[in-house]
This record gives sequence, structure tokens and C-alpha cells, in this order.
Amino acid sequence: MNKQTFAIKGMHCASCVYTNEKALKSILGVKDAVVNLTTGKATLTSDTPVEKNKIIDAVASVGYQALIENEGTLDEKIKTEKIKELKDLQIKTTVSLILAGLVVWGSFPGLLNTSPDILKNMLNHFFLASIVQFWGAYDFYKATISSLKHRIANMDTLVVIGTTVAYLYSTAVVFYPGFFERLNLKVEPYFDVSTVIIGLILLGRFLEAQAKAGTGEAIKKLIGLQAKTARVIRNKKEIDISIDEVVAGDLIRVRPGEKIPVDGIIVEGESAIDESMVTGESMPASKYKGDTVIGATMNKSGSFIYKATKVGKDTMLAQIIKLVEEAQGSKAPIQRLADIISSYFVPIVIMLAIATFVGWYVFGPSGGLIFAMLNSIAVLIIACPCAMGLATPTAIMVGTGIGAQHGILIKDAESLETAHKIKTIIFDKTGTLTKGQPEVTDIVLIDKARYQKFFDGKQKTLPAGRQGANNLVSSLLNLSASIEKNSEHPLGEAVVNKAQEEKLKLSKVIKFKSITGKGVEGQVDGKKVYVGKLLNDLSIKEADKLKNQGKTVVYVYVEDKLAGLIAIADTVKETAREAIQQLQNLRINVFMITGDNRQTAQAIAHIVGIKKENVLAEVLPEEKEKKVKELKRNNQIVAFVGDGINDAPALASSDVGIAMGTGTDVAIEAAGITLVNKNLMSVVSAIKLSKQTMKTIKLNLFWAFAYNIVLIPVAMMGWISPILASGAMAISSISVITNSLFLKKANI
Amino acid sequence: MDKMIVSIFGVISILFTYWFFFMKKVNTVFATDEVNILVDGGYKPERIAIPYGKTTKLVFHRKDSSSCLEEVVIADFKVRKFLPLNEKTEIEINPTKKGEFDFSCGMGMFHGKLIIA
Repeated sequence: MNKQTFAIKGMHCASCVYTNEKALKSILGVKDAVVNLTTGKATLTSDTPVEKNKIIDAVASVGYQALIENEGTLDEKIKTEKIKELKDLQIKTTVSLILAGLVVWGSFPGLLNTSPDILKNMLNHFFLASIVQFWGAYDFYKATISSLKHRIANMDTLVVIGTTVAYLYSTAVVFYPGFFERLNLKVEPYFDVSTVIIGLILLGRFLEAQAKAGTGEAIKKLIGLQAKTARVIRNKKEIDISIDEVVAGDLIRVRPGEKIPVDGIIVEGESAIDESMVTGESMPASKYKGDTVIGATMNKSGSFIYKATKVGKDTMLAQIIKLVEEAQGSKAPIQRLADIISSYFVPIVIMLAIATFVGWYVFGPSGGLIFAMLNSIAVLIIACPCAMGLATPTAIMVGTGIGAQHGILIKDAESLETAHKIKTIIFDKTGTLTKGQPEVTDIVLIDKARYQKFFDGKQKTLPAGRQGANNLVSSLLNLSASIEKNSEHPLGEAVVNKAQEEKLKLSKVIKFKSITGKGVEGQVDGKKVYVGKLLNDLSIKEADKLKNQGKTVVYVYVEDKLAGLIAIADTVKETAREAIQQLQNLRINVFMITGDNRQTAQAIAHIVGIKKENVLAEVLPEEKEKKVKELKRNNQIVAFVGDGINDAPALASSDVGIAMGTGTDVAIEAAGITLVNKNLMSVVSAIKLSKQTMKTIKLNLFWAFAYNIVLIPVAMMGWISPILASGAMAISSISVITNSLFLKKANI
Repeated sequence: MDKMIVSIFGVISILFTYWFFFMKKVNTVFATDEVNILVDGGYKPERIAIPYGKTTKLVFHRKDSSSCLEEVVIADFKVRKFLPLNEKTEIEINPTKKGEFDFSCGMGMFHGKLIIA
């Protein structure tokens, strides 16, 4: 009897169970069908396994969805295939190298005397070499034959031609020695050449396959972050279900130490969450009711319930994986030349090998056939198109992968390449350089004595010391916040937030009134309080000072007398100054763009360290794009850093658009680079990553080209033996991959 | 005498190599909704014309065990996909730009072309 279990999506009630069971039982060959509402799973019993499509259709016919797992995900298939490939290669490499070693032992002049007689027999060499030639190099032959059918030549073609020539010549020597004697040639086979070349190239392939697996590690890690199950609350019961079955709107419970399954918003409870695996931000984030949580991040301390908002391919992690995959599929412009060359490379090498043969035969010393053959084999074997083909993609794969681990998502290889050439960078002010939320920065008491009289009639003198002054500040804040609590103005919100931060208990307000264009007023504790614009034209020294710092000042009046000032400003992110300093150290000209007035803009620029002349103030949102284009006019590579939502045209018109801190929506069309976290140092990291990756690519390409340009002529001149050539070839592609893997250690 | 023969034979071989690899004619296959591409020592068909603005399914069937052909890269459409051996892998493309676009194996040794018109 065969049993199949799978999940059914969309069941809510007992009748759903019945309908599904009925539909499943109607499939031909099904003996029994049991559907469980709590687990959302169905079990089919049949004589032979039921086809997947039939189950899906039957469940769909009654309006539900069957989720049948594939025999294996692509990832598992790749893993299985790779393990098999590595194992095969390992066996073939080991056996081929041992056999090659035996042939060398029995034929190499210096070692010949120490070898047993059996190894000195040329016929035995022939047998050993045949195993290496047709079993060890079987895959090379297979690949050569199938590509020749397409009139394409590749690496395998070169290895096959080279080793086959050596093998056939040696075979002829073994079986028809008389023929070679008549030609005045030494009766000497070259089985050592054919076997050692195959052994070393197989070894190269084996090491290359192992190293290459490391280049795609980052994406595997990202996929591995995904939680497998979720504890959802359905029908007031908590059940563990597979992550595929979670739908938007599900309530999910997360306990301490558990992984958050999908994206959502906290509805109950609070916690500290480690989001480093997705955002690259190392400090755990405190999350409260109403805050967004990201799937695949780790809940540290508290227990909470949240509502799923994004599931499946919409989650932030799924979007990140897609972005990284796409970036790894794209090509960097620098690769174009290597691509063109490698598509002509192999046939040209074959032609050069023929020319080498002819050259040595015609112009070489007497007995030129041997030199001609060995040197043309060396040309075929030493040529390494793989190194050229691997130089750029391996570095791009490692580079984009490291980026993702640091919360830097690169859209395509071109953006990664362009970023290293950035000469000018424009930061949008609000929400990028600043936190984007107004905060209370200063509270100033105008007339301490009088102010005190209003609120503390019993006390005749000013309270002494700092503590007393602080109490007065708190009272002023308390009064203002109590009034502002009733207003909806963003500046009012900043005052209320400050009061909450200070844990002040707000008082009750009566006769609240909003005076349009002015401010708000009401009665608090029996006193008339007004918060808003200045009510007369008098200039106040303290207020002017605050305004010069780019702050907005609201005035607090108690009983129609000015009691204090509250300064509110959009505060600068902690990392802004350091990030701008570092960018300037990289010789990048940093600009700031904002719609704010010049005074406010200059004040912020001063705090973060941007030059006065690099402040683009009073720029309307629709003009930002124009400013970017103006800066691009001097052939400068210009990057624009913005929030990705309001700045889309400016991002798109820059050479590299950098969107930052965009919440759980990371697929910003206009941005070449998306920074998942709000840390401005990520901008520096992105540029450093680009520089490091390009450095690696350039070194790889230089190595790959120089290797071929230098060593092919060397082989043509007969200065390198075919065996050494195969060693050099094997090292060449491994060194390129290893160099790309070194990027992982880069300090970004 | 033998040197003469070797020289002539060499020149002919070089010319043959040039003709064999560089002067092959490739037929263009026109595809509408779906096209099967055999991956075995190269891509068959090698030149595929697909319509502009319409989703076309490219079904790669890899029969070649060589690791060279294990990945297909269609860089202009940002696709790098592993092709499991002896399986069909579907890649959907919705071209929004016209022209000739290269597709190749992971190392860029084997090439094919997508023509979008």
C-alpha cells in the first residue's frame, strides 16, 4: 500500500475536510483519503503512487490548493549533482595520477633503474595509459565529440587533441617500432606525457569544482535562513504549520530564541530582535506593538504575536534572494572583452598548435617530428580559456554575496562596476542624512522667576541648582505636551514624543482650541496655555540662536506671557558625520540636496561636515533630477542616495542610484544599490565593496590574459614541456577562483 | 620533400580549422510561446528569434554531463540558472528591448543568441 501526505491550503471548517476528502477519493486508484483540519494535511492511500497533477487538479476542483513538495528542490538537486561530480572526479584523479606515476617510474630516465621489470615493459605502459586515456579522460572525449557536432571547440577539445596525439604516437611506437627505426627516430613512447597531462588536468578540475562551490555560498546561506515552520493561531488554537501554508493575515506566535517565519506587524507583546542576518545591522532592534518584523530574523528575548503581512515570494528575504540571483546573472561591462576573446580563443590556439608543429618540423633540428609533436601538444595544453571565463563572474558572485550579508543589495554587475568610479555623491537630506522625524532638541526657559510663579505659587524663590532647573523644564514640557496631545501637527507630535520619552504624566486639557496658522491653546490645571508661533514681533535672542542652527522654534505662553521656547529639528543620523568624512577621504565630492531653506540646510551640512558650496537648498522634489543631471555634465560619475520612494526620478537619472532603509520592500526599480539598513556607513561599505571587487576582477583578468599571452609563445618556442604546461594550466584557473574567494576577507 | 608535405598539410589544416569553427552557418529558429533548447555540447537551436513584448518560455534540456554547461547565463535578462542534468529547466523571458542578446554557459565558452524583433 502506498501513502502520500501533503498540505492543503485554504481550509477553514469541518465541511472543507469533507469536500476535500470526497474530491480526493474520486481520483482513480485512491483507496482512502484522510484530511486533518488542525494540521491542514491530507493523507492518500493507494496501490500505486498517485500523480502529482491529479491530486492538484482534484483539490483545485473543489476550490482549494494542494501543496505537494517536489521530489527535491533545485538546491538539493545541485547539491546531489555536485557531490556526485566531485566524487567521480576524485576517483578518476586519484587513479589517473597513480597510473601516470607508474608510467613515469617505468619510463623516466633517472627513475627507470629503480622500477620493477613489470613497469619497464612498454606494453604495460600502453595498458596503463589506455585506462587513463579512455576511462580517466572519458568525459573530455564525450564533451569534445558533442561540441564538435556544433562546430564548437572548448578546453576539452584542446586536452583531447593534445593527449590523443601523444597517445596514438606512443601506441604506434609500441606496436610498430621498426617503422620509427627506419625514420631514424628513437623507439620511445610518450605515455608519460598523455597520462600525466590527464592526471593533472583532472586534479585541476577537481580543485576548481571545490573552489567554485565557495563562490555561490552566500546565496545558499540566504536560502538556508528561511524558517521551516510557523506557529499560527487559527480557531483560537496554536498549530505548527509549514511555512508555505502561512497566508497574509495569519496571527503568528514567536517565542524567545525562535526564528520569525514571515514578514509582519507586531500586534501583541514586545521583544529585541536580531536582524543582522538580513540587514547587516549588528545591534538587536527593539520592537513594540505596531512595529514591523522581518521573516528569517531571530527573536531574542520577548514573546509576541504578530500579523503576517508578506508571505512566500513577497517576503523581504525572498526579494533579497531574487535580487542577488539576478545580480549574479548579469554581466559587468568589463567582461565584454574577455567574452569576445574567449569565443575565438580555442580555434585560434588549435591553429597556433598546427603552425607550431609545421614550424618545428620544417625549421627544427633533425628528428624534428618529436619536437614538433611535443611543442604543439604544449601549446594546446597550456592555453587556458577557463581562467578568462572565470575571472569576472566568480568575483561578481562573491562580491554580490558579501554585499547581501552586509545588507547591501546590488541590482546588477554594472552598478557594482560603476560604483567604484563614483566621484560625486548627492545625499538627500530628509530621511537619509537625517532621521526624517522631527525631535525636540532644546527647551529654553525665558523668565525663570516669572515662570516659576505661574506654577509653583508656594515657592517664593527659584529652586537652586541644576535639579531645580530640570524640574522647571519638565513642567514646561508637560504643559506643552498636554496641549499638543490634542493637535495633529507633526511638530506637536515631536513634543508629545519627548514628554513620553521623559515618562511625564500628561495633564487634562479643557477648552482646547486650534488657531489656524498660529498654534494651539487650552486650559491646563486652570491656567491658560498657548503653544505655537510668536504672538508679537519682538525678536528673542535665544530663538534667533536656535533658528540659526536650522531648528524650528515654538513658543510657549502661560497666562498670555511668554514662558519658554521649544526647538524642534529633524536630527542627523549618528553615523552621518563619520560616513561623509570617509567618503571625502575616498576623494568623493559630497553634496546635500533638500527642499528646506538655505539656513536650515547649511546648519545640517555644517553638522555632518558637508562643504557650504555643496549644499543644494530650496530644491523642489521635481527639480532634484535636474540637479543630478547638471552635476553629471562634467563627465563625473554621480551617485544619488535617497529613500527610494520620493526620489525615484533622481535615483534613476544618476549613474548609481542608492536607495536606503526602505523597510521590507527592497526591490527598488530605480536603484542600482539598495541598502537594507539605515546606517549611512553602508554607503561607504558599498563603494568599498565595489572597489575591492573591481580590483579582484582586474587582477583576475590581468592574470588570465598575461598567462596566455606569455605562455603560449613560450610553448611555441619549445621552452616548456607538455607536462609542465598541464601543471601551469591547472594552477591558472584555480588561482583565479582563489583570488575571487579572497574577496570574502575584504574589509568593507 | 616531407617538409613540403607537412607544410602544405599544415596550411590546409589551419584553413580547415578556420572554416570549421568560424564559418559555420547558423539557422534561426522562430519561437512563439515555447522553445526547447537541447544542451549537449552546445545549444540546439543556437539562434532563436522570439517576439518582442511577449513572454516566451525557454526550456533548456541538459544532456551533457560536462560541468561547463551546467549553468546558463542570459546576462541581459539577468538570468544565471543551474540546469540539472537530464532535466528540463524552464526560463521565462518577457523581452522589453529589441536586438540580439547572447546567452552562454557559466564560463562563456558556449554561446547562443536570442533575437528579439
